[in-house]
Formats: sequence, structure tokens, C-alpha cells
Amino acid sequence: MSDKNQQIIDKNLDQEYKYGFTTDVEQIKFEPGLNEEVIKKLSNIKKEPKWLLDWRLKAYKNWQKMKEPKWANINYKPIDYQALSYYAAPKKKSKKSLDEVDPEILETYNKLGISLDEQKKLEGVAVDAVFDSVSVATTFKDELAKHGVIFCSFSEAVQEHPDLIKKYLGSVIPYTDNYFAALNSAVFSDGSFVYIPKNVKCPLELSTYFRINASNTGQFERTLIIADKGSEVSYLEGCTAPMRDENQLHAACVELIAHEDSTIKYSTIQNWYSGNEKGEGGIYNFVTKRGKCAGDRSKISWTQVETGSAITWKYPSVIMQGDDSVGEFYSVAITKNKQQADTGTKMIHMGKNTKSTIISKGISAGEGQNTYRGGVKILKNADNARNFSQCDSILIGDKCGAHTFPYIDVKNQTAQMEHEATTSNIGEDQLFYCNQRGINLDDAVSMIVNGFCKEVFAELPMEFAVEAKQLIEVTLENSVG
Amino acid sequence: MINIKDLKVSVEEKKILKGINLDIPEGEVHAIMGRNGSGKSTLANTLAGNEKFEVTDGTIHMNGIDITEMSPENRSLNGIFVCFQYPVAIPGVSMAYFLRAAINAHLENQGKEEMDALEFLNQSKAILKKLNLDDSFLKRSINDGFSGGEKKKSEIFQLLSLNPKFAILDETDSGLDIDALKIVADGVKEFNGDKNSTLIITHYERLLEYINPDVVHIMIDGKIVKSGDMKLARQVEEKGYSWLAK
Repeated sequence: MSDKNQQIIDKNLDQEYKYGFTTDVEQIKFEPGLNEEVIKKLSNIKKEPKWLLDWRLKAYKNWQKMKEPKWANINYKPIDYQALSYYAAPKKKSKKSLDEVDPEILETYNKLGISLDEQKKLEGVAVDAVFDSVSVATTFKDELAKHGVIFCSFSEAVQEHPDLIKKYLGSVIPYTDNYFAALNSAVFSDGSFVYIPKNVKCPLELSTYFRINASNTGQFERTLIIADKGSEVSYLEGCTAPMRDENQLHAACVELIAHEDSTIKYSTIQNWYSGNEKGEGGIYNFVTKRGKCAGDRSKISWTQVETGSAITWKYPSVIMQGDDSVGEFYSVAITKNKQQADTGTKMIHMGKNTKSTIISKGISAGEGQNTYRGGVKILKNADNARNFSQCDSILIGDKCGAHTFPYIDVKNQTAQMEHEATTSNIGEDQLFYCNQRGINLDDAVSMIVNGFCKEVFAELPMEFAVEAKQLIEVTLENSVG
Repeated sequence: MINIKDLKVSVEEKKILKGINLDIPEGEVHAIMGRNGSGKSTLANTLAGNEKFEVTDGTIHMNGIDITEMSPENRSLNGIFVCFQYPVAIPGVSMAYFLRAAINAHLENQGKEEMDALEFLNQSKAILKKLNLDDSFLKRSINDGFSGGEKKKSEIFQLLSLNPKFAILDETDSGLDIDALKIVADGVKEFNGDKNSTLIITHYERLLEYINPDVVHIMIDGKIVKSGDMKLARQVEEKGYSWLAK
């Protein structure tokens, strides 16, 4: 890379973050600090049953005994858990209908391109909007109810469908699982809940839009999706946050349960604030996502496009318990400036004839560090299990890094494993070739990167594939001079 | 069309071109022959504006405009096209997507409307047929897993699709069997009309026999040492280059 190019890269990587505004809204916010009283207060505000409070407290006790994991390929200043506020919510009560939602909040979502007005909403997509610690609106609930689909905030589900929550909460990610999952279990404030009844193909795309607004607040949401026998659902989450100088913690848990012959497709477009070019500010994104293919012939597919956050630590995984079940993971992760991402998946094969696919595309620009960490485990009884893994990395400029850590553990002789990995520089030769045909640098970079990510974008629901493509164009604009 | 004056070019401080003077008028086909390492490909890359090739002295004019400092994409938009010797692969980007983006960049520059998908498809299919290539070529990732011959044909396909003013063919004949060579030669002949000019870079006279260039230049050690007609090319084929060196 020539000096001139490098200078232009340096100059232009501090692209404005479009979603960095804050919303001025009256809020109820806990004083910073974490102890049993805080958890009791939180549970009390939410009018939770005793068993849930007890579960939270057990998780908290467990968390206190745990240590923050240090194995990931990321560097950050220690998080002071006592300096964070564990609950922030807009003051106005607003769950009944959209008319009652604070106009400031509606305006916030409009600015983000998410209309909560059902008339104007993208056709075929129902949205649950989570603002700081609470869900502020859920669209198309009545339409979904006609099909027996439950789509509501987690808090509401605790009140309305306690039996389902009690049965499934923590069934895929127990509170003992890891440090951040334990913390989430103790203090989670809201999130989305989805139940698809037997043999129903969910008529709408479901999506949750997460927004962190309040300062010095952690966001700890919890999502639970259950697909009953023979059902099908496609779910998408989007995330943004204001530009703030301090780092903010986001520690979410997502649990998916797929019963016999059901399919869950879960897509993420993660665009949390990533911090500035000096590495100040940005979201610390420590997320535990796991799905269980509980029934035979069930399928869980994760697709993620990770462009934001100062630090990303997440490994959406699939436990293939049912025979003939399928797990998939498709990922595009981009790091620029001083962003660090350590992401990947775990595929655990328990049932017979289970099949998993991993396609991971890492793109590093600026001083970004991008790590793929993936585990494939074939257990003793998983006859004829198959895995295909492909991990490709592309580097833009000469100050960034790409790392790949595949872990493979096979306990059954009949397993078939394939693993491919490549790392390449975005070639000056490729850029020159495009230029020579009259295509300018920005278009050339986005064309080359989009070509690189093609297999993953093909997995996104169509409306969002376009969004992802545009997001990459904006993210990488002027990244090469 | 193209006027090159006392052009000196270095690559990583090493002097490669040591004063090239070359005029290619509109409608003419010129050929440059020379051994490996004589500076032929450097000339092609310099004309295309590749930044790795540093012009230390001299000028390049195209239709009276000094393009010595012009960016590669602006040179392209002004009508310069290079058939590369070793075109790079761009995985995941289809030929159709790439080529249509290129054509539309040119049309936009000329203030014209974009070419719609159907027109593009019809034009492409007609050209592919001439090159004895299947329509599925449009769906393949550019140069990704192409054979040597396919790469060369792909470059000629793009040449005929973009129809530039000035084409440079950098060793487009190397590694081709006789049938492919003839197809490529026909493509070049079709391209070159009264308003276009062509510079063919080669070290064999084989391709030149088909195309019959107006002028043949011999390059040795970064300089053009002799110019003539096809007779000169045949002499080189017979006797080699040594007799031309000082």
C-alpha cells in the first residue's frame, strides 16, 4: 500500500456514524451499582413471580463466584460493574397502544429508519422496539395472534405466558454457562419473546430493534424463541446506540428452541456505535446466543452481519440434539478504526445424521482486529455427522489483523469434516483492474467486499440483504485512497 | 491519438523505460516487439496509469490532452483500455455485474443514460458468440478459475463491450492455441476501425500475421531501437533481437 493511499485511509476511516444522536426523554434510572437489592427492585418493578426472582438471585450468586473470561483475542480496560446503572426506562408508560408511545421515542425510531407506524411499516415485518431496558412497542400483534403466534416483550410474556417462560428460560443457556450469561440472567430487563405454534409458518418476518440511549447504562436483554413441531419462523434483530465517549456494556442472551421438523432462522445486523478513530467510546458487546435443535429434522440457522461495537464477543451456536437436525452459521464481521471482534460459532453434534455448515467472512480495515473462533464437536453417538467450515479473511491496508482459531473435537469415527480457510489482502491489483475499466475506488472496494461476502448475504431476508450491502458501502466508504 | 514523448519510467527506483518516443495516429495498429524484460509491459501499465510505475520524465498526450498525471479511472473514461497479460480474479463478483458497472460508469461520464439490463444482455450475448464463449460466462466470477485462454478471451470480451478509443493488448497472444489465437485476432480486427487505435505488445510475430499492423517497433532495454513494417517483424522472428542491439 503506497504512503498516499495509507494517508487517505487514515483520514477517511473516521466516517460519521449516522445513528449517534441521543434522545432527550424523561427516564427512570437506577443509581449505579449491583447487589441483591438492585435485583429485587428490578424484579419488583416488573411484578415478577417469586420463582423468577429466585432464579435471578441464584444467577447473581453464581456470577459473583465467576471470573471474567480472558481467553478471547481482545484488549479492553477492566469493566467496573459497580459503576453501571442496571435499569433505565422512559418515564411515560406506553405499552397499550402506539398512540401512547412518547413522540420523542417514535421520532427516534423514525430517524433510525424503523417506522413503528403499522401503516408505513415495511410490508411483512413485525417489530418489537426495545429502548434501553424496556420494550416500548410491538407492531402487528393482532395480525400475528390470528395465527396463534405470540410475539411480545419478554416482560409481557412473564405476565401472560409464565408457563412457557418457566419451561424454557435457561434451558439452552443455563445461568451457570459463562460470566456474561450469568450476569444477564441476574439483571436482564427486557427483550423479545416468540412462540410459534404447531405447524404454523409465521406469516411475517419478526424483528426486534434494540436501541441503547441512556448513558452509563448496561443493556441486558433476553430473547427467547420457541418453534413448536413443524413450525417455521424468520427473525431479525438490529442494534444502534448514540456516540458517547465512555464505553457501554451490552450483555445479551438469546435462546432458541426448535422442536421436531421446525425451522428457526435468526439474522442479526449489528451496528452498535463502534467508538471513534482513537478507540474512545463504543459498545462492549458480550453476547451469548445459542439454539437447540431439540427435535428430529429441526433446523437452526444463524446469520450475522457485525459492523459496529468497539468489542464484539459472540459465538452463536447450535446444539443438534435431534436426529437429522441441521445447524448453520453465516457471518460477516467488519472491523475498522480500533474495533476488535472475536466471533464465531460452536456446532455440537449429538444426534445421528446431523449436519452443520459454517461460513465466516472477516474484513479488517484501519487498525481493526478480527478473530474467527469456531468449535465443532461431534459426540460419541452422532453417527454420520457432517460439518463444512469455511473461514475467509480479507485485509484492507497494512495496520489491521485477521486471526483464525478453529477447534475440532471428533468422538465418532463416521464423521465427515471439511475445513477451508483463506486470508488475503484486498489487492491493489484488483482495485487497479476495476479502475482501468472506469470504476472508481469506492465502488471498486464495495464491489470486491460484497463479492467476498456474497454467500452470507444470500442467507439474509431480502429486504435486509439490501440493507447489509448498503451498510458495507457506508462503512467502507473512502477506506482505500 | 496517442503521443508519447521522451517517457522515462522507474519501478521501485529501477529505471525501466529510458526515453520512449511513440506516436500512434487515429485508426492505426502499432505493434511493439521485444524480449522479456525489455519494458513492454511497463509501457502498457504506464499508459493505463498504474501508480506502481513512476513517470520520472516525459509526457503522454491523448488527443492533445496531457494525461501523464491522470488517474487510471479517468484514463479509462477517456477511452484507454488495457487487455492485461495476467488479469486478476475478483471472487464473488460476476462478469455481468462488473461489466455493466463499467459500461454505466462510461455512459454516466458521457452524460448518457444507463444501459438497461436487457440491452446489456443482448449486446453481451452477441459478442460472446463471436468469441465462441457460452452465455454462462456472464454469471461467472471475474477471472476466478478461468483457464489461460478464457482469461484472454474475457479481456477481448470486455474490449468489444466497452469499445474504447485506444486499446493496448499486453501479450494477449501468449499461451493461446491456434484456434483461440485466430478468435482473438478476429476480435482485434473487429475492434479496430477508422476511429480506434491499437497497440499490440508481443514477443512473437504469429498474431501480427493475422492482424497486419501498420507499424512495428522493436524495444530493447527500455528504448525503441527500430521501427518498420511487417517485414521487420518477420526478420525478428527469423534472426532474433541480437542484431538490433548496439
